[in-house]
Amino acid sequence: MSHPVEAEAFLKDKATSKWHDETLWFVRDKRDKVSKTVPEWEELRELASQIKDNVLSQLEVYLEAFEKNAVANGIQVHWAKDAQEHNKIVLEILKNKKCKAIVKSKSILTEECHLNPFLEKNGVEVVDTDLGERIVQFLNQAPSHIVLPAIHLKKGQISDIFHEKLQTEKGNDDPTYLTQAARVHLRGKFLGAKVAVTGVNFGVAETGEFVVCTNEGNADMGVHLADVHIACMGIEKIIPKREHLGVFLRLLARSATGQSITNYNSHFRSPAVGKEIHLILVDNGRTAQLGREKFRNSLKCIRCGACMNTCPIYRRSGGFSYKSTVPGPIGSILSPGIDLQKHSSLPFASTLCGSCTDVCPVKINIHEQLYEWRQEITKSQSALNGKSIAMKIANGIFSVPFAYHVSGAMMRGALKILPESVTYSGLNTWGKGRDLPELPKESFRNWYEKNRK
Amino acid sequence: MNNSKDNILSKIRAVKRTEIPLPTIGEFAHPADLKKTFCEAILSNKGEILTQEGFMEIMASADFPKRYSPIEAYRKFNTFKLPQDPHALNDLDLAIVQGQFGVAENGAIWFEEEDLIHRVLPFITDHLIVVLSIDNLLGNMHAAYERMDNNHSGFGVFIAGPSKTADIEQSLVIGAQGARSLKVVLV
Ligand code: SF4
Repeated sequence: MSHPVEAEAFLKDKATSKWHDETLWFVRDKRDKVSKTVPEWEELRELASQIKDNVLSQLEVYLEAFEKNAVANGIQVHWAKDAQEHNKIVLEILKNKKCKAIVKSKSILTEECHLNPFLEKNGVEVVDTDLGERIVQFLNQAPSHIVLPAIHLKKGQISDIFHEKLQTEKGNDDPTYLTQAARVHLRGKFLGAKVAVTGVNFGVAETGEFVVCTNEGNADMGVHLADVHIACMGIEKIIPKREHLGVFLRLLARSATGQSITNYNSHFRSPAVGKEIHLILVDNGRTAQLGREKFRNSLKCIRCGACMNTCPIYRRSGGFSYKSTVPGPIGSILSPGIDLQKHSSLPFASTLCGSCTDVCPVKINIHEQLYEWRQEITKSQSALNGKSIAMKIANGIFSVPFAYHVSGAMMRGALKILPESVTYSGLNTWGKGRDLPELPKESFRNWYEKNRK
Repeated sequence: MNNSKDNILSKIRAVKRTEIPLPTIGEFAHPADLKKTFCEAILSNKGEILTQEGFMEIMASADFPKRYSPIEAYRKFNTFKLPQDPHALNDLDLAIVQGQFGVAENGAIWFEEEDLIHRVLPFITDHLIVVLSIDNLLGNMHAAYERMDNNHSGFGVFIAGPSKTADIEQSLVIGAQGARSLKVVLV
C-alpha cells in the first residue's frame, strides 16, 4: 500500500482528520512559543547537532567506552545486530527469570523490533504502561505518533474500548475519569511485574549511565518495583558526556510538546541492591544508514516528534498512512533505508517545504534528505521498470523542488494558510486521493497562483 | 553474543569518516530572579508552591493519613513505617523528600537514591512534597550537571512536576501512573 492510498482512508472521517491536523498544529505552536523563551535556542540546536556529528564520527569509540563503564557499574550489556536477535535476548532473560508477564514503557525501538507480538507468541503477556500506548494496545493498533501514540483517536473511541476492557461506565468519555480507570488498572500490573522493559533516551559513554524521560512516571513505576529492568537502546542514542545531557534535556521536551522538561527524567547508573539491569544495544540497520553518507545524519534524531507535528502531510494523513514504525518526515528517511521496496512512496509524502528541518532540535536536513531519497528511488525503480510507480511519482514531483526553490519562503507561510483554505476546500491533494502524479502540481500551482501577488 | 558486538563494531569501523570535534558548551545567562523563575516553572509543570505555613497546616491536618519522610527533621510527622518491600509503599498517601537542588529554567529538582531510600518512593506515593533550600536554586541545566559533577549514585532523577498525561484528545490530566501532586516548599 502506498502512502497516498492510506492517506485517503484516513481522510474519510473529515471531522477527525481536521481535528488531528489542528491539534498537531497547536502542539507545534506551543513548541514555537516555548523555544522563543530560551534566548540561546539556536545555539543549543547547533550544539546538539555538533555533539551528534561527533558521536557518529566516533561511534565505535563511544560504544566501547559506554559498555565498559556500564559493566563496571553492574549493568549487563548485550549486543543485538538485528530485531530478531534483540527479541531473542529479551525472551532469554524472561525465561531465566521464569517471567510470564512484563510491563513496558514507551520504546520506539521495541516497536521497530515488533517485540510485543514476538513475546506474546512465546506466551508472555506484555502490558504497555504509557496511557496512549495502552489505549492503542487495547485496540490492537500500533502507535500513530512517536510522542502522542493515540493522537488519531477520539475520546469516544477510547471510552468504548475502556468500557469493554476495563468495565468503565458506558458512554463516559471524560478524560480524567478514563485516565483514573487506567491508573487503577496499571497499578495492579506494576505491582505484579517481575520484569520491566523501557526504552532509552540517552546513553552516556563517560559514565555508563542511561536516561529515560516520561511525563507519566510509568517507566519508573515499572522498573523500581520489578526485580529486573531491561533497557533497549539503539546504538545511535549514545552521547559522550554527562554535561551533554544539559543540552539535550533542554531541547527534547520543548521540541516535543512545548514543555520546558518532562516531569520525570531518570538516570540509571547501577542496579539497586539485589536487582538487575540489562541493557541491549541494537543495530537493526543503523550501521547501514551510517554508511549512507547522504542519509547518515538522520541517525542524529532524538525522537522528539516535532517534524511530525509541523508536517502539513503528516498532520493531514495520519501516522498510520506511513506504514512504518517511525512515521512522518524522519520516518520517511529512516524507513527506506530498512526496506526500500516497501517504503518507496514515503519520500514523496512531502511538500519539501522544509518546516521539518526548521524545527528539528538536532538540525537534521530532513527535507533535503527526502529529496535525495526521491533521486535514489527513481533511479533504482526506473532501472527495473520504466513505467514504475516511482517514475510516475517522480514526473509529478519535479514541480515540487521547483516550487521549493522559487518560493521557499512563501511555502513556509502556506503551512498556516493551507489547513482551511486548501485542505478542506476540495483542492486538497492528499484528501481526494487522485493519482499522485498530478497532485503536487495542482496544489502548488493553485497555491502559487493565489499567492504570487 | 560477542559475535554481534564484533559484527556491529566492525561494520561501524568499515564506514570511513573524518573525526568531527566535540563543541564546547559556552556560558548562557541565568534568569535574573531564580526564585521567581523556578516557582513559575513549577506552576507551569502543574506543580504547586507551598509556603512553610501551608506545609505546617498540612502536617497538622488529617488530609494525608499515611505519611512518610526520610528527612530527619520531619520524622516526627511519620505515620507510616518504611516497609522492607517497596511494593508496600502503594498504600502511602504522602511522601516528603528533600531535593538536592532545583533548576530555575524548568523547575526540575534533582534527587539521588540516598534521598529517596527506595527508588520508587516519589513515584508510588499518592502525593509528594519536596523540601528545597532557596540557596540550592540554579539557573539552567548546564549549571545542574556541573553541580552534580560525577557523583556516583546508582540512580538519580529530575522531577519537575506531578505525573501527568494528555494522551486522551490532548486534554491534560494530572495523576497518570505516578504521584498525583507535587508541592514544593522553599526553605
Ligand atoms: S528528526 Fe528531528 S524533529 Fe524529527 S523526531 Fe527526530 S529530532 Fe525530532
